[in-house]
Amino acid sequence: MGRVIVITSGKGGVGKTTTTANVGTALALMGRRVCLVDADIGLRNLDVVMGLENRIVYDLVEVVEGHARLRNALVKDKRVENLALLPAAQTREKDAVTPEQMRALCDELRQEFDYVLIDSPAGIEHGFRNAVAGADEAIVVTSPEVAAVRDADRIIGILEAHDVSEPRLVINRVRPDMVRRGDMMDIDDINEILAIRLLGVVPDDEQIIVATNRGEPVVLNGRNRAAQAYRNIARRIEGEEVPFLSLEDNGFFGRLRSLVGMKRRGPDR
Amino acid sequence: MTGVNAVWDFLGRVFGRESGSGKRAKERLRLVLVHDRSSVAPDVLENLKEDLIAVISRYLEIDRDGLEVDLRRSDESVALVANIPVRQVLRTAERTGR
Repeated sequence: MGRVIVITSGKGGVGKTTTTANVGTALALMGRRVCLVDADIGLRNLDVVMGLENRIVYDLVEVVEGHARLRNALVKDKRVENLALLPAAQTREKDAVTPEQMRALCDELRQEFDYVLIDSPAGIEHGFRNAVAGADEAIVVTSPEVAAVRDADRIIGILEAHDVSEPRLVINRVRPDMVRRGDMMDIDDINEILAIRLLGVVPDDEQIIVATNRGEPVVLNGRNRAAQAYRNIARRIEGEEVPFLSLEDNGFFGRLRSLVGMKRRGPDR
Repeated sequence: MTGVNAVWDFLGRVFGRESGSGKRAKERLRLVLVHDRSSVAPDVLENLKEDLIAVISRYLEIDRDGLEVDLRRSDESVALVANIPVRQVLRTAERTGR
């Protein structure tokens, strides 16, 4: 029986979809069977981030309504074995699906896959509640900004009310240079405020945008720190103990080292 | 910001004593979340009120209907403000009170 994990944030634009795509791809690269579910009905995005938008035949709503077989709606990723996407409907309203239907869908998917990752829509309304309905676990994504952390706090409260066990936190888009000069909340600050288990810290990296432009999750080929951070998140989900990032390595001496050609490989994140 | 302040701020940052906007963000969040969490879960305040009444009633006879317990927010802090009208002091308070 597979694990159903919802990826959520409250606030939009903090990197839920990128996190879903990369963590899912990383888990598949580790040999797990993974299904990514886009639960953002009406605003589908996961397909373009994954680069699978041209291969969609059926969508989640058609499956739920019985107009398509689940097997036929799953888009298999050709780059990675055992990775599939269930796309959201683009032309339907958010209330086209009920929480009961989502629960049934998740139970069907967990028979076939080791991991079912659900990309939740932003907000706390119907779409979010659908995304959470069938999940056993939750990953809350935030960025180090007041509005994002505040919304994450609200989401954590709602998740607890929904009996989703102990959500874990991914802090995305961290800029080590800003943290170092004190102009961005650091990991300890956010940890102290939200007080949930930390699953990962992902540095802000322009390679994420490049990868999204191409429709290739950065973990597929990337050797950059964001890719490494996502791989580490996947390993932690698998239960491995992986040390967290050290922001120091990008500091003055790190830059000096790379300037004089002594580029050191940073400690794993 | 005056010139002196700007210089002081700069020096503070250089020597790592003054904190940047990150600490300000953290403080503002801490305050706003006290309020958010209490308004999202009003039963928290309600339970607190009941517990307060139970404790205080061991010493004083209070006017339950006139009792007010609330979180008040100012720029720098959040305070639990309670207004508890006392009807009379129980005679037993003399013996049990510390």
